[in-house]
Amino acid sequence: MEDIVAYLKAERGQDWRADLRKSMKAKERTSKLRVKMPEEDPNTRNTNNVEVNTGLSVEQAVLEAQRCLDCPDPTCMQGCPVGINIPKFIKKIETEDFLGAASVLKETNGLPAVCGRVCPQEKQCESTCFYTVKMKKIPVAIGYLERFAADFERDSGQMAIPETGDSNKIKVGIVGSGPAGLAAAGDLAKFGYDVTVFEALHEIGGVLKYGIPEFRLPNDIVDVEINNLKKMGVNFRINFIVGKTASFDDLKADGYQAFFVGSGAGLPRFMNIPGENYNGIFSSNEYLTRVNLMNAADPEYDTPVISGKNVAVIGGGNTAMDSVRTAKRLGAERSMIIYRRSEAEMPARVEEVIHAKEEGIEFMNLHNPLEYYADENGRVNSMKIQKMELGEPDASGRRRPVPIPGSEFIVDVDTVVVSVGVSPNPLIPASMPDLEVTDWGTIVVDKDSMQSSIPELFAGGDIVRGGATVILAMGDGRKAAAGMHAYIQEKVKAN
Amino acid sequence: MNKILEKEFFSKNVVQIVLEAPEIAKSRKPGHFVIIKMGKKGERIPLTIASADAAKGTITLVVQKVGVTSAKLAELEVGDSITDVVGPLGEATHIENVGTVLCAGGGVGVAPLLPIVEGFKKAGNRVVTILAARTKDLVILEEQMRAFSDEVIVMTDDGSYGKKGLVTAGMEEVIDREKVNLSVVIGPAVMMKFAALTTKKYNIETYASLNTIMVDGTGMCGACRVSVGGKTKFVCVDGPEFDAHKVDFDEMLSRLGAYKDQELKDYENFLKLQTA
Ligand SMILES: Cc1cc2nc3c(=O)[nH]c(=O)nc-3n(C[C@H](O)[C@H](O)[C@H](O)COP(=O)(O)OP(=O)(O)OC[C@H]3O[C@@H](n4cnc5c(N)ncnc54)[C@H](O)[C@@H]3O)c2cc1C
Ligand SMILES: Cc1cc2nc3c(=O)[nH]c(=O)nc-3n(C[C@H](O)[C@H](O)[C@H](O)COP(=O)(O)OP(=O)(O)OC[C@H]3O[C@@H](n4cnc5c(N)ncnc54)[C@H](O)[C@@H]3O)c2cc1C
Ligand code: SF4
Ligand code: SF4
Ligand code: FES
Repeated sequence: MEDIVAYLKAERGQDWRADLRKSMKAKERTSKLRVKMPEEDPNTRNTNNVEVNTGLSVEQAVLEAQRCLDCPDPTCMQGCPVGINIPKFIKKIETEDFLGAASVLKETNGLPAVCGRVCPQEKQCESTCFYTVKMKKIPVAIGYLERFAADFERDSGQMAIPETGDSNKIKVGIVGSGPAGLAAAGDLAKFGYDVTVFEALHEIGGVLKYGIPEFRLPNDIVDVEINNLKKMGVNFRINFIVGKTASFDDLKADGYQAFFVGSGAGLPRFMNIPGENYNGIFSSNEYLTRVNLMNAADPEYDTPVISGKNVAVIGGGNTAMDSVRTAKRLGAERSMIIYRRSEAEMPARVEEVIHAKEEGIEFMNLHNPLEYYADENGRVNSMKIQKMELGEPDASGRRRPVPIPGSEFIVDVDTVVVSVGVSPNPLIPASMPDLEVTDWGTIVVDKDSMQSSIPELFAGGDIVRGGATVILAMGDGRKAAAGMHAYIQEKVKAN
Repeated sequence: MNKILEKEFFSKNVVQIVLEAPEIAKSRKPGHFVIIKMGKKGERIPLTIASADAAKGTITLVVQKVGVTSAKLAELEVGDSITDVVGPLGEATHIENVGTVLCAGGGVGVAPLLPIVEGFKKAGNRVVTILAARTKDLVILEEQMRAFSDEVIVMTDDGSYGKKGLVTAGMEEVIDREKVNLSVVIGPAVMMKFAALTTKKYNIETYASLNTIMVDGTGMCGACRVSVGGKTKFVCVDGPEFDAHKVDFDEMLSRLGAYKDQELKDYENFLKLQTA
């Protein structure tokens, strides 16, 4: 901890930063208004798949960077799970050294173009910015600036590939190619390991590919990052399910010394209410996978998807927002969110809720489904919904939704997407009886090294946390890479 | 890439393919399946591993043409490759020595039944196998089944081969004459439904291998869900085999039809393109 404080102080003390601070009065900085992210028109974008946020211009980025006060105690950093040196990268932007800014990001975050787009900044870095905490003002747009620097670097064609250490020829395996696995792979490659990432699906990227839609996170951006890992020597094996295609023992016999499991929280939950298995009722995973991974909406592709006229999406998280906005884009006349709490409790990123509203999504907050009904072909045609009110706070600190008796009513729907959460993917625990897991199915790990009850097996991301965020998954992957490195070095020395 | 090494038509619509897939060949057990996808624009479909040769590194699939993807697969030639093959998926069949096992396969369900028949025979059971088909030309794998069965009874709907009648008639014949300890049924959902009703009458433990619609095959999407004993189960990770007396076959039948209109249209277009 002290090291970090000293390091930040030294960095901040450099002449260029001191000069920059002096170049503009704090008052002038704080009097500027936060930039507005340029966006596609809501009534056009809800009919296509182009990215909604189009990115800051150079002028906007520099102006926004000027708002940052380069605080002596940059509290923003406490809100970032990977501890990005936020003032340093922002001040690089202010001096128009955009590539320099990108390289600061890369010190601690392998996927800045992704995080700048999908981090819930209002709960993380921006929630602890001096503007938010002390001045009760709108925070510096840290996420937008992060995205700007990362995009600038990519578009410049001068993307820096991190240096890898001398190859030590030691094989390590990564299970799952989501953000946790990719982050671990990057660091292990830097340490010099011979890294292979095993992925069950036919595409690399985990939720970044099959879950989060193109209009929020274009696949190209994820692919650029994956290509960088390939350039660093990371091997990828798609269509390979560890525990099925080959067991951990098979892989150990093949020379693998340690593993990182980032297998995600892939198992969709349903509500177990009557009629939930009628046709036209999907999990959000199925709905989004058909559209994002299998391109079902494109007639050129073979996978079908049902596109309804009246679509109800159950839930209030990012997954629910992605599903309901996807439904609109597939041509729904009515796309509704049905959420049992109020908007204040919604776990989704605030920006997504705003965008959804702009696009014509209806919000039925404080409503809960009770039952589904179907036509003679078994296709859902309506549902019974009950109104809710907020009662006492529950264990999560959020006020508990309580049904209002007699408030039930029927709504016509022909498609329903159930988006009420996921459970940890059981494939790995099921294939390893000795692995310690919680009652909930998440893998138990040491919180510093991310080592599991099986010494050569490390884990992180959603399989350890349940559903979390991209940046937390990446943070885990990096911690685990360090843990694995220490473990393997120890083992090598012992021999 | 998984290269096709052999290909043989059993009937106009049923083709056997031997495929290079060394890792899967080594890990698979009876009851397991794979998911395949052809080309960037292809869809993912599940197919049972009918048999495998770990030494040669090959798996064998038996495919019935029912729609676009199965028809495209049947068109591939020896030397062609299938872009994506993943597996082995699902829980393996629980095979032990129980005494007499009555195995009933209908239509292309005979293919997934083959490794199970083999497994039970090798575990020391008496195995009686019933092969059911609409007509003579659709009876497949009879020879292979005979190699692992103590007796094979062929049933055809039209009586063009073997005995005339439905699979259930053949099952009742066996049950009437000897003690059956376990039954395994695989075929179209309707057939499994009635086969299960038949064995239920006699209280014979019965497994059915369900062929629901799937996407990922790893438990991630829930497309394959069915109700078993009133609980929702995922066929790809909890199955594909379940206690046939507890499966809600009517729900399953309805869910299998979810994309029917769209699929039929796609298939007709595909056939038109082929003949154009
Ligand atoms: C629709 C949606 C929207 C979201 N939006 C946001 C957002 O805006 N911001 C945010 O921060 N977070 C968001 N999240 C959450 C975030 O995506 C996850 O927390 C994060 O992806 C978890 O990363 P992971 O690496 O642990 O797992 P995943 O991304 O789930 O990746 C796991 C991978 O492992 C593979 N796998 C599993 N088992 C095996 C095996 N045995 N062998 C080989 N491969 C295996 C899976 O196929 C998968 O590709 C969203 C999630 C969803 C579903
Ligand atoms: C675990 C499992 C194992 C299977 N093993 C085999 C096998 O060894 N050999 C084989 O030929 N098939 C097998 N199937 C069925 C096979 O997956 C389907 O026939 C295939 O998905 C059809 O794809 P398609 O694009 O050709 O037809 P589609 O266009 O998808 O469907 C055409 C018609 O077939 C019906 N249909 C769709 N999916 C299924 C299904 N799963 N079962 C029955 N009817 C369906 C549809 O209702 C539609 O009317 C298996 C299915 C499962 C779940
Ligand atoms: S990684 Fe996420 S939390 Fe950290 S600074 Fe970037 S946007 Fe904020
Ligand atoms: S807390 Fe806010 S103003 Fe201060 S350094 Fe961080 S981003 Fe800049
Ligand atoms: S096929 Fe997706 S969960 Fe079974």
